Amino acid sequence: MTITRAEVAHVARLARLGLSDDEMDRLASELDHILDAMQELRQLDTSAIPPTAQVIPLQNVMREDVARPSYPAEEILQNAPVAHDGQFLVPPVLE
Amino acid sequence: MSLTELSITELHSRLARREVSALEVARAHLDRIEALDPMTVRAMLTVTRDHAERQARAADARLTAGETAPLLGIPVVLKDVLTTRGIRTTAGSKILERFVPLEDGTITQRLAEAGTIMLGKSNMDEFAMGSSTENSSFFPTRNPWDLDRVPGGSSGGSAAAVGAEFAPFSLGTDTGGSIRQPGALCGVIGFKPTYGRVSRYGLIAFASSLDQIGPFTRTVEDCALVMNAIAGHDPCDSTSLQAPVPDYTAALQKEPSLKGVRLALPREYFDVEGMEPGVEAAVKAAINQLESLGAELGEVSLPHTRYGLATYYLIAPAECSANLARYDGVKYSLSIREPGAGLWDVYERSRGEGFGREVKRRVILGTYALSSGYYDAYYLKAQKVRTLIKQDFDSVFEHYDAVVGPTSPTVAFPIGAKTQDPLAMYLNDLFTIPTSLAGLPGISVPAGLSNGLPVGLQIIGKALDESGVLRIAHAFEQSTHWHTLRSPIAQMDAATARSA
Amino acid sequence: MISATPVSPSTPTAAKYEAVIGLECHVQLATHSKMFCGCPSDYSGAPPNTHVCPVCLGMPGVLPVINRTAVEYTLLTGLALNADIPEATKFDRKNYPYPDLVKGYQISQYDLPLVKGGWIEITVEGQTRRIHLERVHLEEDTGKLTHVSGGSLVDFNRSGVPLMEMVSQPDLRTATEAREYLRKLRTILRTLGVSGADMEKGQLRCDVNVSLRPVGQAKLGTKVEVKNLNSFRSVQRSLEYEIVRQAAALDAGETIPQETRGWVEERGVTVTQRSKEEAHDYRYFPEPDLPPIFVSADWVSTLRSRLPELPDAKRDRYIATFGLGTADASALSIDQWAARLFEDTVAAGADPKKAANWIQNDVSRLHDETSSDGHTLDAAHLAELLRLVDDGVIGISAARQVLPSVYQSGRSPRTLVDELGLAQVSDSSALEASVREVLAANPAPVADYHSGKLTAINFLKGQVMKATRGKANPAVAEDLLKKLLDE
Repeated sequence: MTITRAEVAHVARLARLGLSDDEMDRLASELDHILDAMQELRQLDTSAIPPTAQVIPLQNVMREDVARPSYPAEEILQNAPVAHDGQFLVPPVLE
Repeated sequence: MSLTELSITELHSRLARREVSALEVARAHLDRIEALDPMTVRAMLTVTRDHAERQARAADARLTAGETAPLLGIPVVLKDVLTTRGIRTTAGSKILERFVPLEDGTITQRLAEAGTIMLGKSNMDEFAMGSSTENSSFFPTRNPWDLDRVPGGSSGGSAAAVGAEFAPFSLGTDTGGSIRQPGALCGVIGFKPTYGRVSRYGLIAFASSLDQIGPFTRTVEDCALVMNAIAGHDPCDSTSLQAPVPDYTAALQKEPSLKGVRLALPREYFDVEGMEPGVEAAVKAAINQLESLGAELGEVSLPHTRYGLATYYLIAPAECSANLARYDGVKYSLSIREPGAGLWDVYERSRGEGFGREVKRRVILGTYALSSGYYDAYYLKAQKVRTLIKQDFDSVFEHYDAVVGPTSPTVAFPIGAKTQDPLAMYLNDLFTIPTSLAGLPGISVPAGLSNGLPVGLQIIGKALDESGVLRIAHAFEQSTHWHTLRSPIAQMDAATARSA
Repeated sequence: MISATPVSPSTPTAAKYEAVIGLECHVQLATHSKMFCGCPSDYSGAPPNTHVCPVCLGMPGVLPVINRTAVEYTLLTGLALNADIPEATKFDRKNYPYPDLVKGYQISQYDLPLVKGGWIEITVEGQTRRIHLERVHLEEDTGKLTHVSGGSLVDFNRSGVPLMEMVSQPDLRTATEAREYLRKLRTILRTLGVSGADMEKGQLRCDVNVSLRPVGQAKLGTKVEVKNLNSFRSVQRSLEYEIVRQAAALDAGETIPQETRGWVEERGVTVTQRSKEEAHDYRYFPEPDLPPIFVSADWVSTLRSRLPELPDAKRDRYIATFGLGTADASALSIDQWAARLFEDTVAAGADPKKAANWIQNDVSRLHDETSSDGHTLDAAHLAELLRLVDDGVIGISAARQVLPSVYQSGRSPRTLVDELGLAQVSDSSALEASVREVLAANPAPVADYHSGKLTAINFLKGQVMKATRGKANPAVAEDLLKKLLDE
């Protein structure tokens, strides 16, 4: 199989990860290499095997609907890269 | 003997007898870090002297009042993937270089309540992705046995800190081997508990179904004491187990006998391509030692071992690609905002520059494995093979109490030796990954040297049988001298280093 | 610009086509705390970012813990909707980057939702139809983005609030039906107590999708989604608009592009929304931080026993017990306030049909106009008012006149009638003088009557009402007129 730069670009876009052309090319070949190594999983017949969604058999883990105080807004905004008027500020989506 | 050479139990006894104060103990360790770390292993990202001294004074007050809790006044180093309130926590990444958490994680809190003294946060592979700590955004940590070699990863800083005697214990995290492998490479004990045994709340997530917090110590008894303090259910972690926590020290027997203990040797863990002969020899000798203590050995097969790497390198990146999506430059992580940049530019630049190579590689791989059209072939398939791997262990554990083998195929390798080929780097985790996939407890104990570098013996137990694993490890330790070996850096005197 | 004249589905153009409508609703659950953390979930009126914690801010290291009540509210809703409650259910991660989505994924449900199927009965113009649902699932709400010049502000108070997503099958056929569906849904949710379901407060959000196909054709037309609907009225209006728009386009031979359009309230039109990139690839996978949920039969039967009387059961009870017609019974059963008043008024002795009539008309109008004042009409007072009319003490128009005062002052109708002097004169002897005066003053109509034009009595009656300033009991006046005319 050959992963193309376009495919890497598409995936990078899904992940909103900025990559240079060089990085994309490198990742395309690395991904190729890694996914090749994973083809061996195909050898296994797993048709009757359930996926392990969770390795420990737990179920119905829930908490009671009790409210407790929230954090003060200053702390919530403490690490904000850009804040304005008590809210987080982000630039507009440019078409 | 200097304070920094002492184990937890030894320090505890001195503190309890008030021969020494917690503040003195803290300072001794802090001074040692200050004098040696920057010039040698570079295990630390953040040293928290003021915080430590404050905690030490509080511990002293408790000691004076007559409290004798086992970890009261004991210094600790925390892998920088564990959140600490008011103290920056980076996960080894540029994208969190300035991030200051609002709260302590559960385990950080439990250790603080137990009276431990946090000396600082240790270096790591970025977001716990790596096996050498070379993927840290900041600098690589070095092995206290040979500064030109890696300490292993991703918890390289925590392992090196204990190996260099900067602290009697530290905490690391293990997703595919990130405690056990650096433990082996640095000649210290590294323990990954059963998945769910220790709360993950406050552990910056890499792969949610695999991540676990665990201790690095220099003795098995110390390990049991730390496990007593950190194991147990947490209502803030829905994947944490309700099972009661036994006293893990009760499992440690005075007589190092393993009579009646059945140990399985998986044939897939020996004579493997890429395994160094010196490592194999040391591990085999260790296993003979176990036999001489009365253990029954049996050769078994874990037939799906060879699929472990592929399975892990599909599941972990898939989960991590989702776990790392939150680092978007909006709320608390690196945000690169060029004038005129739009929203998506900020996302792409910040993540493109804030994440290192290995992280980007795994985010792309993980996103790909989950993407439309590929989910069944990759992620779902891997989760099914994971079931097969777990079933391998389940079958073996019907007839055996533990599985033993090497922790790592090699000893510590030179810095830069494996950075060019990701797959070569991934092979370091060959023996540790299956345990993680099956959620089982696993320990690495020092088991000798090869070419002067430490080799680790891995002991894997049944789910929730930490006691069984510790018992075997303790017996081995008591009947050998490997745990008494000190790395060259450990042997360096802080005072001498300062005047040098 | 196409005018926003509401068009009934029976206009010539629209009648060629059948509209196929589905609704997707997001309902905020009225729990005390958020879906996965303990922050108080009612953030109305709170300053921005004051209902937030590390968990609902998606900080590094946090983990979610399921709110049991949110799960139960969703299951109760499923039971109220006659839906299937599967035993096995779980949460999944729905991955997409957006500034209001703190983790870059939303914890939602993909292939094993809490509720599957279900239906809601609606009655429109006397016809009752079942509108089926596809599913109801539970997820967490996102933060709120406010666009300002130069960017957007994000407030995470809403992040993590429990949200029920309710997807209907495309069973609806008219805008009116869609509105009725929402009204019924709202009542059910409020009756259950699981949500305030107030669209204006953002507790109920709704997107519609609508396609047209030639009548008789089985194949569906192209689906257009409409967003930005803030009220039931805008749901109805936007659908009416879309149906006309699409019909006109189809008539002109155009193809309808599959797209998302936004409703512009002020202009009464839908507009194409800026093309939002390619369709999302959500890359769903099971949420590793949350163990699955097993819904046992015991749990379901405990919940079922907690169900209150729902609108359909109430409607049926009103028909059986009070003899109301289907239309009246349906209308009352959908409106909690009206249903309560109806039952109390009947309990206070009023005739059910009359009570139903008054409540749906005059009282309802009053309620709509003044509901924000916090006044309520005392059922005993309404019953008394109806009795005064029945007994002939006041006429209907006087009753209508005094109703607002009863409503606002809370004082008894009898007291107000006396104070305002609205009592009808029903005593023949008291009226006799006025009647004689009217007869004397109107010889022509009298003559008409006597020559066989019996309807002339209506004019005379009107004159008596005028002369008595409306106080005459019309029936008594008429009898008296007849008697005197026949003398």
